[in-house]
Amino acid sequence: MAQAIKLYYDFLSPPSRALWLALKLCKTPFEDCPVALRKREQLTDEYKKINRLQKVPALVDGDFQLSESVAMIRYLSDKNQLSEQLYPKGLQARARVDECMEWQHINVRVPCGTYFIKGWLLPVNGLAAKPKPEVAEKLLKDVESSLGALEHLWMKEEFLVGNKLTVADLLGASEIEQLKLCQYNVNERQFPKVAKWLQRVRDAAQPYHDVAYEFVQKKSKQPVRAKL
Amino acid sequence: MSSPLRFYYDLMSQPSRALLIIFRLSGMQFEDCIVALRNGEHLTEEFKQNINRFQRVPCINDNGYKLAESVAILRYLSAKGKIPEQLYPKYFVDQARVDEFLEWQHITLRVTCALYFRTIWLEPLLTGRTPTEAKIETLRMHMERNLDIIEEVWLAKSEFLTGPALTVADIFAACEIEQTRMADYDVRIKYPKIRAWLKRVRHSCNPHYDAAHSFVYKISGTGPQAKL
Repeated sequence: MAQAIKLYYDFLSPPSRALWLALKLCKTPFEDCPVALRKREQLTDEYKKINRLQKVPALVDGDFQLSESVAMIRYLSDKNQLSEQLYPKGLQARARVDECMEWQHINVRVPCGTYFIKGWLLPVNGLAAKPKPEVAEKLLKDVESSLGALEHLWMKEEFLVGNKLTVADLLGASEIEQLKLCQYNVNERQFPKVAKWLQRVRDAAQPYHDVAYEFVQKKSKQPVRAKL
Repeated sequence: MSSPLRFYYDLMSQPSRALLIIFRLSGMQFEDCIVALRNGEHLTEEFKQNINRFQRVPCINDNGYKLAESVAILRYLSAKGKIPEQLYPKYFVDQARVDEFLEWQHITLRVTCALYFRTIWLEPLLTGRTPTEAKIETLRMHMERNLDIIEEVWLAKSEFLTGPALTVADIFAACEIEQTRMADYDVRIKYPKIRAWLKRVRHSCNPHYDAAHSFVYKISGTGPQAKL
């Protein structure tokens, strides 16, 4: 029997959670290879042999190594290790999911990721002072303009692309859920469609969702020293 | 007879240039639909309703099917058999190598080069305000962190970014880097591998490369014939 793929990930990385959830939801067997970002394990020489870009997630399939979550999704789909619902195979349906995933890099991942790093990760670890109010305000404005774009340009149906969960939802929701660590919760009045969509993604990804988000949930309930 | 594929682009947009070069190299038939960003043609209600709801270029309309996001467009046209395999492999393992770069570049190379260009060239033009030296320095540092990775990781062992031959990955990356010429940045000074690689990319893509970069050469006053 072919050896199972190895998934290198950390639950504190949004694309890692999305990939992990996609594999769990598809019941694809994989070898769990957690990489503790908090211990900077991704920066070791040992990990560099697994992913020369020294990031998570990454996968190893025999002697083939691959990083970048969207590239991994496409590779796994071509190997029939992801369901067609999560990542369609039809020409136009697939292009719609691709369009959404490509759009998210700069429009969702950058603003949410920047807010998370400057608002939580660096101050909590004593690597930078908490952002000044005017900086924090700018970071938040970028996040909310991203949520506004999701609300007005994407939320036409139940999920980002159509009426069923796809990998685009797992990736996008993961970036937004992470902001709970910055004590940011999507306001249902301001972004009603986004708030309902986040709930639908959580429900559709159970029972695995709670496992992938355990750390985020736990940490977000602890008082943050450097509250924004 | 008009072609059923309409391609909306502006030569001032990096991914627009990349797709134009790719289409020309592929010998693809399409209808040229130039969108003058400088006149705000992408910001009209008509553009939003009928062409691209994200109000950006590039985008396509393939016989009624509208698609945005350059990488999604590339994959869609490749799946339709319009892009030669040398430029974007069809075998999923080889394709994954190119995908890995295409996904990597968004929030690393693209964001930092584009921000450098916008802050130093575009914004002063629009607002009359020039950025401070400290700001320029920070942006340059962020950009060079990614140019370092191109030089040391992506070009470590091969003539092109993802192997021994030109692919779409090289074209996308070169178009981002070329844009910084307009902000008076000369990548060739610090990066000998990038310098040699850019020559290879240009050579492999000409005459389409120079045609697509005509604006960049003219505005920056640094055409390929110009002395350093």
